[in-house]
Amino acid sequence: MSPFLLLLLLLVLSVAGYFIGQYKALNLARKAGGASRLHSLPVYYGMLTALWCCLPAFFMFLIWLGFEQTIVTGLMVADLPETARSLPPARLNLLIKDIQSLASGNIVSGEITPLMRQAAAHYVELQGIGKMITSVIVLVASVAGMLTLHRHIRPELRARNHVEKVVMGLLVVCSTIAIFTTIGIVLSILYEAVRFFRQVPVTEFLFGLEWSPQMAIREDQVGSSGAFGAVPVFAGTILISAIAMLVAAPIGLMSAIFLSEYADKRLRAVAKPMLEILAGVPTVVYGFFAALVVAPMIRGSGAQIGIDVSSESALAAGLVMGVMIIPFVSSLSDDVINAVPQSLRDGAYSVGATRSETIRHVLVPAALPGIVGGLLLAVSRAIGETMIVVMAAGLSANLTANPLQAVTTVTVQIVTLLVGDQEFDSPKTLAAFALGLVLFIGTLFLNIIALTVVRKYRERYE
Amino acid sequence: MQEVLKQNIVEKRILAPRDSRKTIGNINVPNPRMVCRNVNVYYGDKQAIRNVSIDIGCNEVLAMIGPSGCGKSTFLRCLNRMNDTIDSCRVTGEILFDGRDIYDPSVDVVPLRAQVGMVFQKPNPFPKSIYENVAWAPKIHGIVESKSDTDEIVESSLQKAGLWEEVKDRLDQPGTGLSGGQQQRLCIARAIAVSPEVILMDEPCSALDPIATAKIEDLIEELRAQYTIAIVTHSMQQASRVSQRTAFFHLGDLIEVGTTETIFTKPSHQLTEDYITGRYG
Repeated sequence: MSPFLLLLLLLVLSVAGYFIGQYKALNLARKAGGASRLHSLPVYYGMLTALWCCLPAFFMFLIWLGFEQTIVTGLMVADLPETARSLPPARLNLLIKDIQSLASGNIVSGEITPLMRQAAAHYVELQGIGKMITSVIVLVASVAGMLTLHRHIRPELRARNHVEKVVMGLLVVCSTIAIFTTIGIVLSILYEAVRFFRQVPVTEFLFGLEWSPQMAIREDQVGSSGAFGAVPVFAGTILISAIAMLVAAPIGLMSAIFLSEYADKRLRAVAKPMLEILAGVPTVVYGFFAALVVAPMIRGSGAQIGIDVSSESALAAGLVMGVMIIPFVSSLSDDVINAVPQSLRDGAYSVGATRSETIRHVLVPAALPGIVGGLLLAVSRAIGETMIVVMAAGLSANLTANPLQAVTTVTVQIVTLLVGDQEFDSPKTLAAFALGLVLFIGTLFLNIIALTVVRKYRERYE
Repeated sequence: MQEVLKQNIVEKRILAPRDSRKTIGNINVPNPRMVCRNVNVYYGDKQAIRNVSIDIGCNEVLAMIGPSGCGKSTFLRCLNRMNDTIDSCRVTGEILFDGRDIYDPSVDVVPLRAQVGMVFQKPNPFPKSIYENVAWAPKIHGIVESKSDTDEIVESSLQKAGLWEEVKDRLDQPGTGLSGGQQQRLCIARAIAVSPEVILMDEPCSALDPIATAKIEDLIEELRAQYTIAIVTHSMQQASRVSQRTAFFHLGDLIEVGTTETIFTKPSHQLTEDYITGRYG
């Protein structure tokens, strides 16, 4: 029985368990004289039966899934002839892989021997037996769970409390998934980054002023000296993000204030979704816009007043990126300003405050946590943005604070490093993970700082 | 006892019938601070207040009573144009404050609201420190110039509001951390910090316990010496305790006005009588 079919069957059994449990509870209630004689509502008895029906069986299924490969392979290896089993571990491993590939009909590394053919057939057979055993165990567990609980259904059974406990467990599991994913991401980056730092010293990476991620493929290659100083790359990221935030923060905040406090309802109903459309434009399209319209415009106007502007500039990328993240700031800020209770506005107006005083002194401070949240989201979008930078700011890692020159950013470099044609364990490729790690730590600190600021200056209105 | 009293009253007086919507009683006072004539208020197409005319005298407490939805709060909010914040709200008629129509286009609503302060049903201190709550309005109006001026205003306002002794050691704490009654007195302090002439109170005690209520009522009595107070209340005991004149509203009409004593002992309108004796409301 395939796993999918098995799970489907389990679901059907659970639904059946639900109705059986509820039916019994209703029967009991009728005999005892009314549903109020039961500890919980009849649905809870049904739910508890369904949970008993599916949860233990599901865990059995997961456990089997975890060990299936090891057990089946072990059994198969045990049945191989002595000559094959006494091979060195690496060769034996290759043989096992080949047999497994043969069994699932994939390409095999070498010639197919009768031994392998036989072993593959045996492997398929073992797998089949394994699947059957799983199906039987899971179904038996399911039915047994259902029957056990069915027998325990009494008016005194605290079904609701049990169900609530299980649901709480589910909620805990869901809330920890994000945490574990984060940890997993950090570990996977960390692992590769450590490999990189074994080849390039940490200090050189963090404080080096030159970024030229090349490694010699041959001994006699020209221009083979690599330089892995990440400062120019991070400087580029900071420069472009700063320009973007200089555009997005004031415009976004002002438009949020206009939408929530000044605009009449009909205008707001139209303008807000329009603004949010900005967030939905693919970044590649912004990239076109930046490269084809904004960058030449800046270059042109720079030429007119006698300033030398490179055709790919941080300014062009930053400006367009700023426009792109306006909705993150404005939409969130608008929501939180709107959520400030009307009573605070009334209080401010009633002592003769003007609208602007009310907004500046009462509404914005009260909405500060949400506004900072919006700004943070915008910053992380700006830091993570790749496409616009590739198209409008170029790839050259200049260490400069001049927004009119071409710069590059961390994410852009990560992409260029990973699409390279070098082997995976060369410093060039691994540098991408080191960049990613530093970027991750940087944004983490940004978040911590912002949260601290918010905690310090937030004004609670509850 | 009350039963007997009521029967006596009924025997002595002829009451206006229930369906009479004309205002009974003397709407005038010798020294009016605010004069309202033929005030109508509409929310969109719905009329919330019909032809209300009444004077509010200097240094008096005017109580406005009436069943829920009778328009007393709406009327109160007209007196400092708080209704401006509601888009669909429209006001006609005349409301004179010191001889000027406050709905005249030439009138600036900002100084008006500084002169006609307001205290709301639910305490709504700003999410700032106790000090800032009181000091904010004088600051934005430019009443204070130096830190010492501000300190003085904060102290005197809190003292007038009867809150100084309780908070003088924690002025930097958030105003929202006070108890409900303290918050409401903080809001009163906030209102009097800009030296208004009139204070409007919209059921200021409805969210408070009896002890806090008693404190606010004592405070109202003290404030009367300096300010004109109009208070909306659902509690007839409160109206009789704190006010000199009482206005009874019913479904958007001002039914009866008179001294508080008259309204509560010898009402002239059947509706007033029914309301104060608790037959509905």
